[in-house]
Amino acid sequence: MATVSTNEFKNGLKFLMDGQPCTIVDNTIVQPGKGQAFNRVKYRNLMTGRVLEKTFKSGEKVEAADVMDTELQYLYNDGEFWHFMDAESFEQFQAAEAAVADVAKWLVEQDMCVVTLFNGDPISVTPPKQVTLEIVETDPGLKGDTAGTGGKPATLTTGAVVQVPLFVQIGEKVIVNTEKGEYVSRAK
Amino acid sequence: MQQTIINRRQQLKQRSQFLQQLRAFFYARDVLEVDTPMLSQGATPDLHLRSLSSELQIPGQANKQNYFWHTSPEYPMKRLLCEGSGDIFYLGKVFRDGDISPRHQIEFTMLEWYRLGFSLPQLIDEVCELVNSVLPEQRQIQKLSYQQAFQQFAGIADIFQASAQECIDCLNRHNVPEIVGVDKDDKVLWEQLILTEVIEPQLGQCEITVIHDFPARDAALAKIDDANPWIAKRFEVFVDAMELANGYNELADADSYRQRFEESLAHRLEYGLPQVPLDENLLSTLKAKPLPECSGVALGVDRLLMLSLGVKDIAQVVCFSTEAC
Repeated sequence: MATVSTNEFKNGLKFLMDGQPCTIVDNTIVQPGKGQAFNRVKYRNLMTGRVLEKTFKSGEKVEAADVMDTELQYLYNDGEFWHFMDAESFEQFQAAEAAVADVAKWLVEQDMCVVTLFNGDPISVTPPKQVTLEIVETDPGLKGDTAGTGGKPATLTTGAVVQVPLFVQIGEKVIVNTEKGEYVSRAK
Repeated sequence: MQQTIINRRQQLKQRSQFLQQLRAFFYARDVLEVDTPMLSQGATPDLHLRSLSSELQIPGQANKQNYFWHTSPEYPMKRLLCEGSGDIFYLGKVFRDGDISPRHQIEFTMLEWYRLGFSLPQLIDEVCELVNSVLPEQRQIQKLSYQQAFQQFAGIADIFQASAQECIDCLNRHNVPEIVGVDKDDKVLWEQLILTEVIEPQLGQCEITVIHDFPARDAALAKIDDANPWIAKRFEVFVDAMELANGYNELADADSYRQRFEESLAHRLEYGLPQVPLDENLLSTLKAKPLPECSGVALGVDRLLMLSLGVKDIAQVVCFSTEAC
């Protein structure tokens, strides 16, 4: 397995810690004028999302992690796995629930997602910034209320619930910001 | 765009005025500015300093000659002191390879000065006076010995006697993140980690903190205390948790210089680091004309400017950062 020395540390570097893939989010060199240098490192465990800290004596080595971000098309969910495909090679990948957990409600078939692969397996999925989804349930709004002063909850086909303006009705398609989980506009 | 140009000029002006202010401090005290050479055939053997080097084509020499860029102007300044220069200061660039952080650049500006006949406390007072003259607000001076700093800020009664395990326990007690790569018996390194991870973040918060009486192993080229062979006559100055200056009561004896250098070279060998040629010009000068009794200090100018302007990243006070050159 390839190793990476502390002097190659930089933000975004992927490495293995206790067998889990991690990415460096902050690397500060502590070099006292009269002593041994250390790297103060903040890193995110890509499996759990937790940010941890460790201080490495300079010159220490860590194992490099085979982690890469690829753009894949979301195909379907078979009840257990979420299936993705490389649009060029047609290679398919299946992601377990842990990898899609928070974003499953934003996965729309045919959409291109950024999938992080660790040893070739998806470990996390980033959906597009905006997705278009149909409203399957919401209270009927008052006719003529187009000012959108208030809002009402609406359930979308994927099960996601977002606040929408009163005039938006069941069966309509809406554009949603997936980072904030907020309604953007009606889809044309 | 206009705004950017004005800000740029403003930033350059602040730096220019700051350098002028530092020089004025020394002119007023009859300390002479010397612009010693940055290149030398000898390098510092210090275990923790990495010198850059260049190949020079010297006329008459078939092969290119290796010269090192100085990590501080200490050696040529000491030669000048031996040759009768009197009080001198250097304000200019030095180079230390391998470290770029919000507090450090590979190429940075150093202020180093030597005062004949000054004791360490006298020099400490002068450093604090200089620092206070450029800080936005005057600060009180807090002086602590190395041992007192460990008592007050880390809860270790006697760091000289403490075991490696006591140091590790102290780090755990202060919730320091896990340390990777340090042998559990390596007391010196655990002690250093208490200093950098526990103590230093608390230093100079509202005052100028001076730590003195370092362990003899950190003496570098400072004298050892006559009364206590464990103590080096060395100090460091901290403001806002940042190490700002580092001073010695200077070792004078030529043989002691060679001995300290040889010890450093042995350490380099032990750690698998390349050997470096010693500054033989310094050693022969010291032998011929002893260094007068003096104290000297080196101060990080970019760091002091950061404190003076209240900015947090060294890249904001230099013209261009190392990575932008």
